[in-house]
Amino acid sequence: MLFELRDVILSRGDRRVLDAVSADVHEGATAIVGPSGSGKSTLLRLLDRLADPDAGTIAYRGRPLADYDPLGLRREVALVPQLPALLEGTVASNLSYAAGLAGKELDVGRCLGHAGLDPGFAERDVGKLSVGEQQRAMLARALAQEPRVLLLDEPTSALDHAARDAIEATLTRLRGELDISLVVVSHDPEQARRLAERAVRLQAGRVAACGALEEALA
Amino acid sequence: MTTSIDVSLGQVAAALALVAVAAAISFWRRTDLERDIVVATVRSFVQLTAIGYAIKLIFEADTIWLVVALLSVMVFFGAITARSRAKRVPGAFWPLLIGLAIAAASTLGLVVALGIFEATPRYLVPVGGMMIGNAMTASAVALNRLGDEVAGSRPAIEATLALGATAREAAAPFVRRALRSGTIALIDSTKTTGLIFFPGTMVGMLLAGAEPTDAVRLQLILLYALLGSTAIAALVATGLAYRNFFTPAQQLRELG
Repeated sequence: MLFELRDVILSRGDRRVLDAVSADVHEGATAIVGPSGSGKSTLLRLLDRLADPDAGTIAYRGRPLADYDPLGLRREVALVPQLPALLEGTVASNLSYAAGLAGKELDVGRCLGHAGLDPGFAERDVGKLSVGEQQRAMLARALAQEPRVLLLDEPTSALDHAARDAIEATLTRLRGELDISLVVVSHDPEQARRLAERAVRLQAGRVAACGALEEALA
Repeated sequence: MTTSIDVSLGQVAAALALVAVAAAISFWRRTDLERDIVVATVRSFVQLTAIGYAIKLIFEADTIWLVVALLSVMVFFGAITARSRAKRVPGAFWPLLIGLAIAAASTLGLVVALGIFEATPRYLVPVGGMMIGNAMTASAVALNRLGDEVAGSRPAIEATLALGATAREAAAPFVRRALRSGTIALIDSTKTTGLIFFPGTMVGMLLAGAEPTDAVRLQLILLYALLGSTAIAALVATGLAYRNFFTPAQQLRELG
């Protein structure tokens, strides 16, 4: 089992963002779906231990998240946020920073290719990329760490249809090539159908359904 | 280098004519600052008179411990004042206090060790006061900037943490910008000193009848020491304060 969540509660001020969330996330590809404000992004952040729940437990591969060194965990479980946030500099310098943190050899061209960017992007200044290109550079940067799990928060929200199709094709191909598990947050059930075989459906911070894709989305 | 000058209370009172001018302008142009002008005038008179007598006592007692006590009080109130300008930084008091204390102690220690000034109250009190005052401004500006930078860059900081970077690595660009903004004002004014404005010490010494070359040299010593003390205070304050934005598990804290 990739992640096991049990009675996870998280409040922000008076609001319960996550309310007694229990779910199993298997290896492979899982979609987290639900309307905006239902707690999807917050749940993803908890899986990367960028925040801790107020109550409840989360385990990764059978061990509580808190037992892992947070830095090592985040290099193995890579979160790609919804809004691109690259460091100043070139695409290549971002990739090399990420690879350096994870202690991995960097093959810039290969990472860019996985994210659907041609090698010419390596020396481009990140400030001069379109949002869609930045989103792909974020994916390439995450891949530079050779993670075992990718947590993707609305990976195509800023993209047009063609770019969205390209990213989705990339993600599907990556699963085959790199043996990576995916957890994809999406507000779009159709995208969930294209990318995942299982789903967790959230509604106002609670789990409305969890399991095989069609059952969970029904 | 010692000079003396007598200033009577009558001369001080005569200078109030210029305060009256300021108040009249405020009244005439309705800037509504008359009250503040009066408060500022009264407070400056009371505070400076009090500190003048305190310094007189300390000079006469001629013991180093009273100097240390006075400078400690200044560091303490400096940290409280600076904290009020760094509201977005959680727990800003201790970083500021430690930064000011280290800046004051190290710069005073250095100017004494280098033989620039004697370790007597006559030098340590005014020089220490200047160091602390400027260090306070620099570290307040730096932490104010740090708070704004972190508040405005939460997604970027979390994205870097998500790569497995430490809090220190994720905050580094913002700490650097904060440090820069804390120290740049004095660096810029040092560049233009003598061209656009005459710094206070030099003005004071010239008025007191000192040789212009002496006045300039003393002013240069103080400017150079100030560059050091502001940099040290801003470095220590930012270097300690950024940690308060993060949890031990290298998470960016939710604030407010």
